[in-house]
Amino acid sequence: MLAPLLHRIHQDHFWLSPERCIFWEEAQTLILSDTHFGKTGHFRKNGIAVPQQVFKEDLQRLLHQVMHFKPEQLIVVGDLFHSTENKELELFLKWRKDVGQTRMILVKGNHDILHENWYANADIEVREGIYTLGAFDFVHDPAAYEGSGTGRYFFSGHIHPGVSLKGTAKQSLQFPCFFFGKEACILPAFSRFSGLKMMRSKKTDSVYAIAEGRLLKL
Amino acid sequence: MEAWLKAQSFSPFPFQEATWQHILNGESGLVNAPTGCGKTYSVFLGALMQFINNHPNNYQQQKNNGLQLLWITPLRALAKDIGRAMEEVIESLGMQWKVAIRNGDTPTAERAKQKKNMPEVLIITPESLHLILTQKNYPELFKTLRIIAVDEWHELMGSKRGVQTELAISRIVALRSAAANETGTIKPSGKVQVWGISATIGNLTEAKDVLLSSLNQSGAIVRAEIHKPIEVHTIIPDETERYPWAGHLGIKLAAKLIPIIEQSKTCLIFINTRGMSETWYQTLLQIAPQLAGAIALHHGSIEQELRLWVEEALHTEKLKAVVCTASLDLGVDFRPVDTVIQVGSPKGVARFLQRAGRSGHRPGEVSKIYFLPTHSLELVEAAALKTAIAAEAIESKEPMLLCYDVLLQYLCTLAIGEGFRAEEIYAEIKSTWCYADLQENEWQELLHHLTHGGNALQQYDEYHKVIQEDGVYHMRHKGMAMRHRMHIGTIVSDAMLKVKFMSGGYVGVIEEWFISRLEPGEVFTLAGRNLELVMIKDMTVLVRKSAAKKSIVPSWMGGRMSLTANLGHILRQTFSQALTPDAGIELQSLEGLFELQRELSHIPRENELLIEQIEDKDGFHLLVYPFEGRQVHEAMSAILAYRIGQIMPISFSISMNDYGFELLSDQPIPVDDSNAAALFSSENLLADIQKSINSTEMAKRKFRDIAVIGGLIFQGFPGQHQKARHLQSSASLLFKVFEEYDPGNILLRQAYNEVLVQQMDEVRLRQALQRISHSRILLSFPSKLTPLSFPIIVDGLNRNNLSTERLEDRIKKMQEQLNAQ
Repeated sequence: MLAPLLHRIHQDHFWLSPERCIFWEEAQTLILSDTHFGKTGHFRKNGIAVPQQVFKEDLQRLLHQVMHFKPEQLIVVGDLFHSTENKELELFLKWRKDVGQTRMILVKGNHDILHENWYANADIEVREGIYTLGAFDFVHDPAAYEGSGTGRYFFSGHIHPGVSLKGTAKQSLQFPCFFFGKEACILPAFSRFSGLKMMRSKKTDSVYAIAEGRLLKL
Repeated sequence: MEAWLKAQSFSPFPFQEATWQHILNGESGLVNAPTGCGKTYSVFLGALMQFINNHPNNYQQQKNNGLQLLWITPLRALAKDIGRAMEEVIESLGMQWKVAIRNGDTPTAERAKQKKNMPEVLIITPESLHLILTQKNYPELFKTLRIIAVDEWHELMGSKRGVQTELAISRIVALRSAAANETGTIKPSGKVQVWGISATIGNLTEAKDVLLSSLNQSGAIVRAEIHKPIEVHTIIPDETERYPWAGHLGIKLAAKLIPIIEQSKTCLIFINTRGMSETWYQTLLQIAPQLAGAIALHHGSIEQELRLWVEEALHTEKLKAVVCTASLDLGVDFRPVDTVIQVGSPKGVARFLQRAGRSGHRPGEVSKIYFLPTHSLELVEAAALKTAIAAEAIESKEPMLLCYDVLLQYLCTLAIGEGFRAEEIYAEIKSTWCYADLQENEWQELLHHLTHGGNALQQYDEYHKVIQEDGVYHMRHKGMAMRHRMHIGTIVSDAMLKVKFMSGGYVGVIEEWFISRLEPGEVFTLAGRNLELVMIKDMTVLVRKSAAKKSIVPSWMGGRMSLTANLGHILRQTFSQALTPDAGIELQSLEGLFELQRELSHIPRENELLIEQIEDKDGFHLLVYPFEGRQVHEAMSAILAYRIGQIMPISFSISMNDYGFELLSDQPIPVDDSNAAALFSSENLLADIQKSINSTEMAKRKFRDIAVIGGLIFQGFPGQHQKARHLQSSASLLFKVFEEYDPGNILLRQAYNEVLVQQMDEVRLRQALQRISHSRILLSFPSKLTPLSFPIIVDGLNRNNLSTERLEDRIKKMQEQLNAQ
């Protein structure tokens, strides 16, 4: 795996991984968002034949990240699961057992509609709305928090941010990105079965594009 | 019948009598007749005669005979008028036949009635016919059927709707011959006859063969030898710009239309895109306010009620002029229409003739069409069209082959109703033109796709779209079946939203991607009105009337068609005549433009290929002018870009129009006299085609329709998006996922095949390249943009990007450029 890049907020160290997650060193926490597990299964159950391989690879990538950073806990900023229960989630449960020592916190997103027992059974702690840890807040949809004027920095997802690079001769390229604004970080969707929304950035924003397994600060 | 014809003082055309005889003989075939010549009667009266002959004594008393005639039509709007005409004949013959219409607008109660008591004549669209195949016991409905008529076959063939029609015919034909075998009554009258009706196209015989493929009969072609004289006038601008700019010239010429409109009884004004039709409607009203109330607008995004009103008003001569799009290409004839105006290039001879034919219907009348150019180079096209019409050079329609997406959809359709047996349906499908070359292993793959959802090994899987029980394939899941029924069809449109006034009242529909770019308070034009966007709520766009002078005109995607190769060829010849004594009135008016072109660069003659290299602030432009039409240019530009990219790592942005194409790069493009000929060589063509497809966006674009038709994307209907919320994904995302995780996927392969066959048409491309290899290649290095290059660079359709540079290098370069700014 290619080396993560360091991004500092306040005094804390955040290591950005090109595999679409962030390791927060001080809290020994891996932050990620929009894994949409079970999405391929949901599609397939409804007769849409998308390849399941993308889901399995997402799980493997996450396992590698956990093995690499050895976090004490995972914070998923919403949309851990895509929809109602389907068989693919059994595979997730197996995966969950493999990383059983790692605490898992889900800040609920709009897609997380499983029954509360299901999360309990999977050893996932569910938080509604805003979850606070140390100096930082976590919430799924940045719109729920933006302009609140609390002065606290927060991490969110939901948007699946992308960035478009433009060059001369009408050239342009698009990549998923980590988007650090003045008061919030928007994480890229961890799932590779997800689209992109192009972001407009200001001078004060820090944007890291993920291009072919590399991180590029723009 | 003869007596009746006399009583109606109806003297049949020879082609009608010939068709009747063929039908009475139990044959099938194709009738070739222009609109407005009684082509409906040719097949319809034949069907009636057949019935009368079989029931000579009591044909007037025979009731509830079951379905006799299935009339397939591409357009809903056509159904009503045809039905009305048929009912009149039936009534005056004193017969008891019933005529019914079946399409998406047919209410459920009416459908139920039809199911219980089938009318003798059913007028239906291909989509609704497939919907019938999802019903239980549908084979019963066709037991009495004698004739399948396919109206406007030239419109259907060459599209996936044509393939749908082929499939439905193959099913019905097989049902009937199975039934005939069972009862042992294999007389010719026991079989179904198939009749197509088509306007003139270049490949009529092939059109007939495609339609009759399942019957395994050669069938007859009946031609109506009716030649209607056509007058073509070009509207010549008083002064022509030296730099042609699409759209700008047209509106300036609007004033020239007013006297034409005023001198005509009724005038149809054809505009190529919906967006421009809105602009034209507004402009005409501004410059001729006296026309208010006598002029109307008609296009596919306007509320149906309003469209019907316009059509009715056309019949009754209440309107002086209608500004329309292809929405009025087909359909019943509006007798009062005596003049047609074509604004902008019609892109093909067949379409131009069809539009011209919408005027002057009565025998002995002349069809009158005016051509109004929207930029000065279209004057050359006008001259080319005149030549083509004189030479009767009319395009062919190429039938589609091996459309897996349509087949997957069809198999699901069959799986819902009665279920299907694989070997039975395989034989039927192989009998069609489209799937004649389908291989056994592809068939197995398709079945596997339906039952297992792809090839890759899946675990923890719940894919059960279609299941096999005792050799019969069924779709058991009710929700899936319902969604499938809603999505039967092959016309893929952009997601559309309804537009309504705040106070209530429906305006029309609009593309989601257009409206999502607007902010509340902004003003746009729809249905000839300026509307202010208030908000978007529940998939409905709420608006209020606006008095604002400025408004945004929606540009509808897909409004731009490619020039046909046929017209391209004639265009090249016409171009050669510039600044020569042979130049017609159109070319003469362009003298200024041609002189500038000659001064800065060169005017390509028929046996020359001009290449221009121009450098400006955007980068380095390489312009090539093969005059082959946009479709060929797309393929040729991709190959050229790929080949140049083999000389050195380089990135291109590619634009094109019907005259030529542009490769734009941020670095000098290494093309000179030493390698130009080799770059256009037809050697290694196939391999280079394949490699260049892989690195452009073409397959991705094709995949969009395929994914929808093949059931990977639920479009939903306006207002129903919520239900399938967690099943939404975009075609480009699916394309990416398949490319990475299931590259052998059958629908993905179809996308590449469609590019290969349709877009990259190897034969045509090879011909074009061979022609070029016999031409003189001329390189020129103009100091500034030339008249020929201008429309491509400023307004060309930017479709593809191709790069042979490493991604990392490209990003680095872009970052450096950004930092330098």
